[in-house]
Amino acid sequence: MNVSIEPSVRITARGLTRRFGDFTAVDAISFDVAQGEIFGFLGANGAGKTTAIRMLTGLLTPTAGEASVAGFDVYTETDRIKRNIGYMSQRFSLYEDLTVRENIAFYGGIYGLSGTAISDRSAALLDRLGLGHVGGHRIGSLPLGWKQKLAFSVAVLHDPRIVFLDEPTGGVDPITRRQFWDLIYDAADAGVTVFVTTHYMDEAEYCDRVSVMVDGRIEAIGTPAELKDRWGGASMDEVFVLLARGAA
Amino acid sequence: MVAIENIHKTFGLTTALSGVRFEVAEGELFGLIGPDGAGKTTLFRILVTLLVPDRGTATVDDLDVVRDVRALRRRLGYMPGRFSLYPDLTVEENLTFFASVFGTTAAANYDWIRPIYEQLEPFRHRRAGALSGGMKQKLALSCALVHRPRVLVLDEPTTGVDAVSRAEFWENLAVMKDSGVTILVSTPYMDEARRCDRVALLQNGSILEVDRPAEIERRFERRLFGIRARGRRALLEALREHPQAHSVFRFGDSIHFAAAGADLRPELLGTYLEERGFHEADVALIEPGIEDVFMERMQRV
Amino acid sequence: MTFLAFVRKEFYHIMRDRRTLAVLFGMPAIMMALFGFAIRNEIDGVRLVVLDASHDAATSSVVDRLRASRYFEVVAFASERSDVEAAFRAGRALEAIAFAPGFEEKLAMGSASVQVITDATNPNTASTVLAYTTAVLQDFQREGFREAGTARGPGGIVPEFRMRYNAELKSAYLFVPGLMALILMLVCALMTSITITRERETGTMEVLLVSPLHPVQIIAGKVMPYMALSVVNVATILILAVTVFAVPIRGSVALLLGECLLFIVCALSLGILISSRSGSMQTATMVALAGLLMPTVLLSGFIFPIASMPEPLQFVSHAIPAKWFLIVVRGIMIRGVGIEFVWFETLVLAGMTALFLGVAVRSFNIRLE
Repeated sequence: MNVSIEPSVRITARGLTRRFGDFTAVDAISFDVAQGEIFGFLGANGAGKTTAIRMLTGLLTPTAGEASVAGFDVYTETDRIKRNIGYMSQRFSLYEDLTVRENIAFYGGIYGLSGTAISDRSAALLDRLGLGHVGGHRIGSLPLGWKQKLAFSVAVLHDPRIVFLDEPTGGVDPITRRQFWDLIYDAADAGVTVFVTTHYMDEAEYCDRVSVMVDGRIEAIGTPAELKDRWGGASMDEVFVLLARGAA
Repeated sequence: MVAIENIHKTFGLTTALSGVRFEVAEGELFGLIGPDGAGKTTLFRILVTLLVPDRGTATVDDLDVVRDVRALRRRLGYMPGRFSLYPDLTVEENLTFFASVFGTTAAANYDWIRPIYEQLEPFRHRRAGALSGGMKQKLALSCALVHRPRVLVLDEPTTGVDAVSRAEFWENLAVMKDSGVTILVSTPYMDEARRCDRVALLQNGSILEVDRPAEIERRFERRLFGIRARGRRALLEALREHPQAHSVFRFGDSIHFAAAGADLRPELLGTYLEERGFHEADVALIEPGIEDVFMERMQRV
Repeated sequence: MTFLAFVRKEFYHIMRDRRTLAVLFGMPAIMMALFGFAIRNEIDGVRLVVLDASHDAATSSVVDRLRASRYFEVVAFASERSDVEAAFRAGRALEAIAFAPGFEEKLAMGSASVQVITDATNPNTASTVLAYTTAVLQDFQREGFREAGTARGPGGIVPEFRMRYNAELKSAYLFVPGLMALILMLVCALMTSITITRERETGTMEVLLVSPLHPVQIIAGKVMPYMALSVVNVATILILAVTVFAVPIRGSVALLLGECLLFIVCALSLGILISSRSGSMQTATMVALAGLLMPTVLLSGFIFPIASMPEPLQFVSHAIPAKWFLIVVRGIMIRGVGIEFVWFETLVLAGMTALFLGVAVRSFNIRLE
């Protein structure tokens, strides 16, 4: 890459593009995310968010442009990217037919944590969430809110530098949502960079900076305050609607 | 139009619904608000005769949901949670099919569904599976409406759909309501409550409140303050340490502080924050919203 | 460590999935039992008809020998050729032995011939049966002469072999009817069960249920296309059988098609029955494959003759629709018989169909639980 990366920048994208035949899903997007930042990646369905995330997590090769995640190139070092990031999505988080502890042991194992490290961190995790009493229960038997909180904790179990969260709070009750964001803040305070997508516009306000994708391009990027100022919306919801309605 | 009386439903060890009771008047746009697992889908499935309650009764259009199954199934328009149209059929084919199942045609009812369907017409030869999320919802709505049902039951039609499509969907619903259809909608989004005539708040199988949204908001007993200031975590913790703090929650770019007592004033809160190093805090007394009420009621249970 | 963690997780998944466990441990056990017993090259109790125009000590001796061996069971003594024919047509006999008049004298004078007529619809069985017969005859030649006290001429017994219905011992005669049954089962039962459960899995079934559609309409609608396709399939197979494999249709084509239609409806109703009990396409597929197709292949007489199987398995084979269908098809195609010989099997098939259909429609759930 030609751009010199400061050590405090965790994610960099320059003209990142992905085409599927004639269709351009992601159209030359560029942005930086600093270490410890909570970055909200917003956009309507079909705007290209999922494709962009797939490129950043090493699951999809870009068609053009450059990007590096945790200092590793998305074209050539996807293995190292995957080892250094955590990932959680609404659609899938933990295995329903395994118990809480078994899930933790599994994810700890595949990220190369030792047996002692796993049991230490597992105990600490359950303690922090107050879920020690369900350690032996199958995930499938737990309410959604607990599942999501556990999934997040498991995603950061191996101390990744960056964690990608894809609509992590979908459908969860309002109190649990806020508790979830407490967990995100904890992680960010500890230096983890959080890259999160969400449909809840109030959660957009919880982020340090946000970007809004429309039709594959980033139409706005900045702090929530900056965006509200520039587009004259009283809330991120209004800003979003303004930007998204301009879509093709 | 819809009368639900003391419905109980259990699945194995889980109680899905317990003591649910409310009514919906004809022509009303009624919202069932609650997170995943609250019991919304179970309740709607009982209303459309797909499930039988363990205890309690329900009637829709004066027909019993357990006894008058065949008659009811003729009059309902139903849109279940997942996208449940045929992805390998085109938009037009889906609509024609669902019209014919009810013994009518899309042409016969075109005027009725036009406000919604005309947004889809440019895509009518596209396979339903290839539509965007928002378009799929519009198609599902058209198919549920095409036979002019008296009652429309929509289970989480806006879930997983972006804010713009959600807004458009509610606009479409408002138009349909004008035609006299009784509409029941379930949603996890608290802000959508305001779009309904009346709502029921559902959590863990129990109803927390049933009324018009404005009335529900008015019933929030505590004084509610909205606070804007710098400092994320620290600000929250500082406020939680306040002796009068009943509940303190983040709400977008501000924090909602519900006071335990009745005599706290904004200035006092402001001073409190100044003393803890939070300068230029913007503190104001605010009107509670549905989400505030929901969270308050949740904590009580 | 990384890799082991993954392996351990996979074990958890398997151990916790009852269905997978059943397949992993149950299936091999069942298959061992079935293959151990169902596949046998030996044939016991071959049904034999004797046409004896001599009625002398020598012929009785030969017949006794045949009777004494466990391979043969004499089911009838015919008085004329036409009786033998009738026995074959009705499927009551697998082999016939015909002695011309004056057998003993001819034998004393030099050599005597005996006609061995075998129903060669299943060429494998026919070859085996012939081998048995030859062995018994040779046995007789070595020892039986002494017992019978007859004089022995230089030639001995000369068997003349006749293969009925399938002179060239073509295996296509055996396979084609079986393939028809298998293909129809596959298309009708498996595909029907999948299409209904798929509707449930994608959630569109919910919408169909909450509509004026009657369950019978839903079922019939789902089934019609597969019925039409199956008829096309049957026609194709028959045309190919006749033109490419030279398998004859000696009986009435109309009757054959009628029976095929009956079997199609039977298989379709089995498909609906499976789907009404299956929550997912996976379950439906497994039940159809393991519970329907495998028994059809093994126990219907498609390849392995039912008569060779132990009693319990023969009993079980009565419950398999394809078994009855194969008797009918082989009868009509290879032996050229009419309805008067296959009415019983047709009735059984019709009864099964009515039963499956009735249960399927009744157990089709109009609700979600």
